[in-house]
Amino acid sequence: MKPRAFDYVRPDTVAEAVDILAEYGDDARIMAGGQSLMAILNLRMAEPKVIVDIGGHTAFKGIKVANGFLEVGASVTQNELMNWPDLAKTSPLLAKALPWVGHFQTRNRGTVCGSLSHADPSSEIPLSLATLGGEVVLRSKRGERVVAAEEFQTGMLSTSREPDEMMVAARFPIAANLKRAAFREVARRHGDFAILALAAVAETDTSVRLGIGGLADRPVATRIDASSKSAIADALGTLAWELEGSDDIHATARYRRDLLRRMGPIVIEEAISCAA
Amino acid sequence: MEVLGKPLVRKEDAALLSGRGRYADDIAEPKRTLQAHVIRSPHAHAMIGRIDARAALEIPGVVAVITGEDIAKISDPFLVAVKADVPQWSLAVERVRYVGEPVALVLAETRYIAEDAGEAVEIEYQQLPAIIDLRAAREKTSALVHESAKSNEVHTRAFTYGDPDAAFKAAHKIVKMTSEFPRQSFMPMECFVVVSEYRPADDSYEVMANFQGPFSTQPVMARACRVPGTRFRIKTPADSGGSFGIKLSVFPFMVLCGLASKIVGRPVKWVEDRLEHLVAASSGPNRITEVEAAVDKDGRITALKLDQIEDYGAFLRAPMPGPLYRMHGALTGAYAIQNLSVVSRVVMTNKMPSALIRGFGGPQMYLTLERLVQMIAREMGLDHLEVIKRNLIPAGSFPYKTAAGSLFDSGDYPRCVELATGGGRLEALMKRRDDARKSGKYYGIGFAAVVEPAMSNMGYLSTLLSPEAREKAGPKNGAVSLASVRVDALGAVSVTADCVVCGQGHETVLAQIVAEQLGLRIEDITVNLELDTANSDWSIAAGTYSCRFTPGTAVAAHIAAQRIRDKLSRIAAKQLNVLHTDIEFVKGKIRSKSNPDNAMAFGRVAGTAHWSPIMLPDGMDPALRETAVWAPPELTPPSHDDRINTSLTYGFVFDMCGVEIDPVTCEVKVEKYVSMHDAGRLLNPLIAEGQIRGAFVQGLATALYEEFVYDDGGSFLTGTFADYVVPTATELPELELMHIESPSPFTPLGAKGLAEGNCMSTPACIANAIADALGVENVQLPATPARINAMISGEEPARPAHVAPRQGIASAGTGGAKQKDARQIKGSGSVQVSASPEKVWEALLDPENLKSVIPGCHALEVVGPNDYRAEVSLGVGIIRGRFKAQVKLTDLKPNQSGRLGGSISGPLGNSSGTGLLKLVPDGGGTRIDYDYEVAVFGKAAAVGGRMIEGAAQIVISQFFAAFGRKLGGAPEKKSLAKRLGSLWGGKGTTK
Amino acid sequence: MRRVAKDTKARVTLTLNGKKTTGEAESRTLLTDFLRHEIGMTGTHVGCEHGVCGCCTVLIDGVAARACLTLAQAADGRSVETVESLTGLDGKLNPLQEALRDHHALQCGFCTPGILMSFTDFLKRVPDPTVEQVKDVLGGHICRCTGYQGLIDAMMDGAKRLRS
Repeated sequence: MKPRAFDYVRPDTVAEAVDILAEYGDDARIMAGGQSLMAILNLRMAEPKVIVDIGGHTAFKGIKVANGFLEVGASVTQNELMNWPDLAKTSPLLAKALPWVGHFQTRNRGTVCGSLSHADPSSEIPLSLATLGGEVVLRSKRGERVVAAEEFQTGMLSTSREPDEMMVAARFPIAANLKRAAFREVARRHGDFAILALAAVAETDTSVRLGIGGLADRPVATRIDASSKSAIADALGTLAWELEGSDDIHATARYRRDLLRRMGPIVIEEAISCAA
Repeated sequence: MEVLGKPLVRKEDAALLSGRGRYADDIAEPKRTLQAHVIRSPHAHAMIGRIDARAALEIPGVVAVITGEDIAKISDPFLVAVKADVPQWSLAVERVRYVGEPVALVLAETRYIAEDAGEAVEIEYQQLPAIIDLRAAREKTSALVHESAKSNEVHTRAFTYGDPDAAFKAAHKIVKMTSEFPRQSFMPMECFVVVSEYRPADDSYEVMANFQGPFSTQPVMARACRVPGTRFRIKTPADSGGSFGIKLSVFPFMVLCGLASKIVGRPVKWVEDRLEHLVAASSGPNRITEVEAAVDKDGRITALKLDQIEDYGAFLRAPMPGPLYRMHGALTGAYAIQNLSVVSRVVMTNKMPSALIRGFGGPQMYLTLERLVQMIAREMGLDHLEVIKRNLIPAGSFPYKTAAGSLFDSGDYPRCVELATGGGRLEALMKRRDDARKSGKYYGIGFAAVVEPAMSNMGYLSTLLSPEAREKAGPKNGAVSLASVRVDALGAVSVTADCVVCGQGHETVLAQIVAEQLGLRIEDITVNLELDTANSDWSIAAGTYSCRFTPGTAVAAHIAAQRIRDKLSRIAAKQLNVLHTDIEFVKGKIRSKSNPDNAMAFGRVAGTAHWSPIMLPDGMDPALRETAVWAPPELTPPSHDDRINTSLTYGFVFDMCGVEIDPVTCEVKVEKYVSMHDAGRLLNPLIAEGQIRGAFVQGLATALYEEFVYDDGGSFLTGTFADYVVPTATELPELELMHIESPSPFTPLGAKGLAEGNCMSTPACIANAIADALGVENVQLPATPARINAMISGEEPARPAHVAPRQGIASAGTGGAKQKDARQIKGSGSVQVSASPEKVWEALLDPENLKSVIPGCHALEVVGPNDYRAEVSLGVGIIRGRFKAQVKLTDLKPNQSGRLGGSISGPLGNSSGTGLLKLVPDGGGTRIDYDYEVAVFGKAAAVGGRMIEGAAQIVISQFFAAFGRKLGGAPEKKSLAKRLGSLWGGKGTTK
Repeated sequence: MRRVAKDTKARVTLTLNGKKTTGEAESRTLLTDFLRHEIGMTGTHVGCEHGVCGCCTVLIDGVAARACLTLAQAADGRSVETVESLTGLDGKLNPLQEALRDHHALQCGFCTPGILMSFTDFLKRVPDPTVEQVKDVLGGHICRCTGYQGLIDAMMDGAKRLRS
């Protein structure tokens, strides 16, 4: 399991990185932590001609709070964000979701933006971004644009990023009504890809944002009427069939739907019962 | 006992903790060694067509591409234990029979280049029906894995002991069940490594490999290479990254690399990677057992009937079908059952070959027997534990002769049960169960009682022959163990032995055994276990397997050390002027027991044997080197009535556990696990505990996590560690270990094997607890949450009327719930276009148009009417590969419907499928409805399990979307986000 | 900007176990292969090459990471520490290594170097961990021999020995 040949480039600045992307387009691929990409390269399941390594580079680092967002730079690792002292206060959902991401060792290298760019349908970070209604910042030689989470991830491993763009930051909303959060996940082992992952944010005592990972080809976020148990059950029952889910070697679609129906109310309740 | 029996820390550890291990891939290879890469079959069953290596050979650094044809010219098929025509060479010849079967070997200057070349070799396959399901394989109408064998069931033998028919007639009740044991591997962390060099000067092979034995396979390898055993030299490295039985199966590659070296005239090295290991290294056999018990009114089993159907995959590698016969003498387990009938069947399927694995037949057998005992209790309304107790072989009846011929050496089974369930342990579990059930939770208690055999009788496999055939072939029996102890002129002691390092700590235990005899510390003993068939002590029984170390090799070392001690005593006695019976060995001194001051240093006495033969007692040979051969007399050949003492020692394990099943997630949590062992005398309790804990987690893996999954088409679906789920520390339950010691009378050390027991007991114990928790009869292992969900969730709430079924995927996958679904990806969709059906039809038949709508199409060549070859790049997101495609349109009904069929193949895998297109006039335009069925093989199926069907759907919808766009329309597609209502205000994209 | 064209070799200079070390690597050479076969430090093991098993874990700039998911080129100019850094030339084990030996936390030893490096990083950050934290970090490794309990006990004890 050795990768195919490719050109290796380690740019020193964002400008250099987007120059390379402009030159090579779809044949180039940004590697930040490489925790998904390197495994795919080793398995020879991708054929990029150029690897653009931005891992660990200070030019792409940075966690800041600005304009109602927690903004995370392109090479900020998952552990750097998880260990950021203000995280629990700033984004309780991320603080609860990040421990589910891979393992200590992969979080040391895996980046927040890399996970969003890879767009795995059951990953925790894209689910969190979708649930919070966040956005990503894409830069190319042509300029910069901001794309809402729901417009960014377009399907399995697919995003609306243009080939010449790189994600320079992800922005997680931190409004006051997004602090009551809960996160639960079922996987075969801790650290595995989720069979089903649920993120809930109680905007009020009766209105909850629910994010669902692992059921559709991308994370899906919706607002649930949590005014009564039966309202929640109805909403989840409908969602289960709308998203339907798929069978794979780890779980059946039926089990995934059952999980949503049974675990959904618990996560919603957990979010509501969080102190404001 | 000064040293032996003490929990000493290991001699091995300092080096291993410092990165100073000497594993197979750490050893410098001979100069000019070529690196090998194995090209493997993506298909479960296919004829091999043309192999075109021209492009590969043009890559700089590539030296050769070797095929099965090349190998068959210079070697013979491997010998097989069963009389069935199932030839296997080290590369596939003419036909492939399982996914991952080696088809060609690339040799290059680096592994990277060899893998590049592997992708450039083009191999044509003509697919054949794959035989995957074990039951279906036995049907008369089934296609054959080996036509030469005339049947997929290549071996059947029936045995009867006592009078089971009479017992069944007299039975108060008959309890029947079927158990199914899954395919899995206790795969080691280190994969296979081989360095082979052919030496033309004497037509010999020198092979270094992390091979674990049994060395009865050595003659098989030599025969395949057409040389005598002395010219097939095997060397094993000082350290090995685990084996668990799996590292027997490196042997075909030891031969392959040797033959490759012969062909190219350079040494050849191959390091297996994890993908190869998961897909095709080795599997434990899956087994279906139909079992019936005749039971008296008190729940005592008076007779058993077993029908064991075991799946060995595509080939029978020596020494298969071991798992089916290794337990033969002990088939009645821990129970006093003297009437037994058993049918043993060996079945071939298109799966990776099954071979040695920790537990070796025990896990399969005990899952059946222990689930049966629980079922008996359940059906008779008795307490499970009480039924176990009533059936156990009573204390005081040892040595105990079982129905099928085993001679159980020692034990006190009832006492083990009393101790394990006592001390409030069972009461606490029962209280826990009561409380949990009261609060609406699922909670169950399981038990398992297991007799754990160790050191196989080399004659056990001949039980598969009829007594007449055995008579003709001559008796086979015994188990030889060899060890040597040397003392040099300064008194330094060294030990060699016939086991292979696999990580257990044999070095430490051998040092303890020898140090004990010689009054030394383990630091004073140097142990070298690098086995070299050219100059080590070994026999066909050598190797590390069937827990033979403790009852075998350890005993040989003990005997050799005793002889050295005796010799030194006599030398010292002469010099100290005392009787040799008055000599003792204490702390590096050899001295008189009666006058401890009359002493000599150990090294001084040893030196005499080397430097001063003149001072030795009369008739004594100089030097200090003893090689002991240990061959216990109890291991006799199968008797004329098919009774066989399959192993030398028989330990006992009694397990008890409590499991809670989460009603929300259906996850099984083992809350508490107690494992009680009687393995005779423990030689090193620290190491003993390590062996048990390791086996326990592997048993846990069988019960809840690990399974090799194939679909009905034969595709292998668990090709990464993300798909094949090995438990980690976060899945670890609490385990309480207990011991009693009933020394074996059949080995001088009184010790028995203990490293396989929990692989046998734990799956059964947990399955019993799950059955108890859920009140179900059938517990399929591994008991994944999806499988539990299927058992307890009842009928699913109906789809609300306003939610339309999703377009696209209809059904696929195995979901861990049932193993039978094919990886057939089925789906449907439709696309609305503004062109008329006539225009659409025209476009469909136009190659230029097709070229522009087939996703990623680089080139399209017309090879016949509506028959095309294309080069395409397909993928989803970052996952992408280049394929050669064949596309054909058939069943053409102009302007109405047609069938689009085709296949693609490339390094990522192969796929074939068909789609039915219907053109429906709709307004001024056309609605194109399509149904499709796609099967995926090879790497994409093996490692893409979680996403493959989604990916296929995307690629297919890309085609129709492009087709639709071309004809002035867009697919009828409402995005998920839109359907759910844009949540956060449709912020969209901002510049 | 560092650029290495495919199929060419470039010099990689890194601080390996505290010493400046140089070797040649292609653009695609994995750090595992570079360490083991170019430099000849075979203590870092290869178990899966897809980042799950943890055998190849080393410290890169002081942080535990999978060497199999790292390109040798990416290590240029960085600090890499492997299991060989833990034992001095005198062969003396450090307190964590001793704890593993004393708790029989290794059998075949193949996964051990990676586990040691993970905890070398983790225990620096969390000197007094809970059993749950230890299990969580250990969850990033597969060990097929020990059944994990010895490892958990060793890490708790090793942390204590390192604190004192």
